[in-house]
Amino acid sequence: MNKTKKLIPILLALTIVPAAAASSNLSLVAYSTPKPAMAKIIQAFQQTPAGKDVSFSQSYGPSTNQARAVSAGQPADLVFLSTGDDVNLLVDAGLVAPGYGIAADTVVVFAVRDGNPKHIKGWNDLLRPGVQVVTPNPFSSGSAKWNILAAYGAERRLGKTDKQATAYVQNLFKHVVSQDTSGSNATNTFLAGKGDVLLTYESEAINARLQGKNIQYVIPRQTMLIELPVAVLKKSSNKDAANTFIRFLKSPPAQRLFVQYGFRPVNKSVKNPYPSRPGMFKVDDNYIGGWRHADKVWFDPKSGRMVKIEQADGGPTSG
Amino acid sequence: MDLRPVELGFVTTFLTVVVALPIAALVWASRADGWSGFWYWIRQPEPLSALKLTLVMAALVALTNAVFGTLIAWVLVRDSFVGQRLVNAVIDLPFALPTIVAGLLVLALYGPKSPVHVHAAFTRAAIYLVLLFVTLPFVVRTVQPVLHELDTQMEEAARSLGARELVVFTRIVLPSILPGILSGVAMAFARAVGEIGSIVIISGNRPFRTELASVWILNQTQSGNGTGAAALATLLLAISFVVLLGVGGFRRLATRHERA
Repeated sequence: MNKTKKLIPILLALTIVPAAAASSNLSLVAYSTPKPAMAKIIQAFQQTPAGKDVSFSQSYGPSTNQARAVSAGQPADLVFLSTGDDVNLLVDAGLVAPGYGIAADTVVVFAVRDGNPKHIKGWNDLLRPGVQVVTPNPFSSGSAKWNILAAYGAERRLGKTDKQATAYVQNLFKHVVSQDTSGSNATNTFLAGKGDVLLTYESEAINARLQGKNIQYVIPRQTMLIELPVAVLKKSSNKDAANTFIRFLKSPPAQRLFVQYGFRPVNKSVKNPYPSRPGMFKVDDNYIGGWRHADKVWFDPKSGRMVKIEQADGGPTSG
Repeated sequence: MDLRPVELGFVTTFLTVVVALPIAALVWASRADGWSGFWYWIRQPEPLSALKLTLVMAALVALTNAVFGTLIAWVLVRDSFVGQRLVNAVIDLPFALPTIVAGLLVLALYGPKSPVHVHAAFTRAAIYLVLLFVTLPFVVRTVQPVLHELDTQMEEAARSLGARELVVFTRIVLPSILPGILSGVAMAFARAVGEIGSIVIISGNRPFRTELASVWILNQTQSGNGTGAAALATLLLAISFVVLLGVGGFRRLATRHERA
């Protein structure tokens, strides 16, 4: 009995092989979190008439790494990245036309310890004495950039001035006890027991729960609505198939799968089961000014605000 | 010792392709914005602090290895105990393990959920521990063969003449194994300077506190600052080169009697 059970996946795999030998092959380069969702969505796509002859080669990794690999020549027909910033990298390299689609949404949340012992509800709770925060390093991680812009935007939404909101981010970084190189490393650090709060994507937190990790999260009243971009490469030899797949991504069947894996749908006809918040804003919000502007103001390695904030926090003298 | 032109040609070509060209490319990349770009980046407080921490940690780890690596080599060669061959095989394991796994091990063992109640993760102590782990084999493996070859008759003669153990070690054994120790120390230092896989897991990577040069360089390549990354890498390489030259010079000095 046991043996036959083990055989089933193998037999299933064998039935998929003929499809893999079909006419067009799409190579998808994506960031890490959507991997399990994409596996299901691609399966569903291949069961539709439009997708039955399309096979996929997939690559998953940290978003910026993936974008850089593609701009350095890694073959790709379409990319699914975690920030518009990373798509802009490809636009600047002349590989992607400006103006990209959105495959799914998520929000910035606070992952907390069992039962939320430090009563973390809003952004200001993060500054209470003794609260330790884990967030990745903004110079290597897209997730960290979202977190910082969410913190800043939330303060602006609460009526703070640009200066006060920037000071908030600076104070927040005094509570940061680990700045891992990627969002998934930061999740590991938090799950290993470091810190009281992890700033992360709602989808990442739900994904960790689906994998059986014990993680709880709080959605603050003011938070960033994260739009996850998907784009077809100009030089793709399978543009038609790629565009068909992107249309499928936005269609109800695919959107429902995204929802199952913790993402928020972008198709209005699919019910969004995840709670809305009164103070949700986007990166194009006036205060933040879009990715190009935010990247220059906050994350420029020479003159960005984060360079100064890291210095003020660690400071050569307090090291 | 005359090298024939063919051999010399092979050696030169090999070294050029494998070592010299990549290093030249690195130096070239570091001054992509001209020398002013290079100077700018190596004077910034964050990369400088990361560089300083890297060098201090690598030096501490190399020195610790000099003492404990020699001790381990001594025990493996001169003593015999049950399970000796097993211990001998364990020494090389850190080389076989992807260092990111070493980071995860140290995190599990000395992290916030430590089963032994040692909470070192995300501190400099954790960096020190994990670097010791990944550099362990160097000194052991450079000292061991020398100890094997060492004739114990001289030591016995010294003892029979009334020399105490400490004197026997420092006057007879140490001079013979010193070159081995120094080679091991130099390799351990270089290896520690370049380590990253375990560090990204265990250090917490806090600028000015636990951020090492390798991680700063990684972060900068991610944010498109190839020049800054190459500048610090070049400086790191230059300093490591000087240190390795220094260790080599000391080694030459220590073994001058053999060439006399």
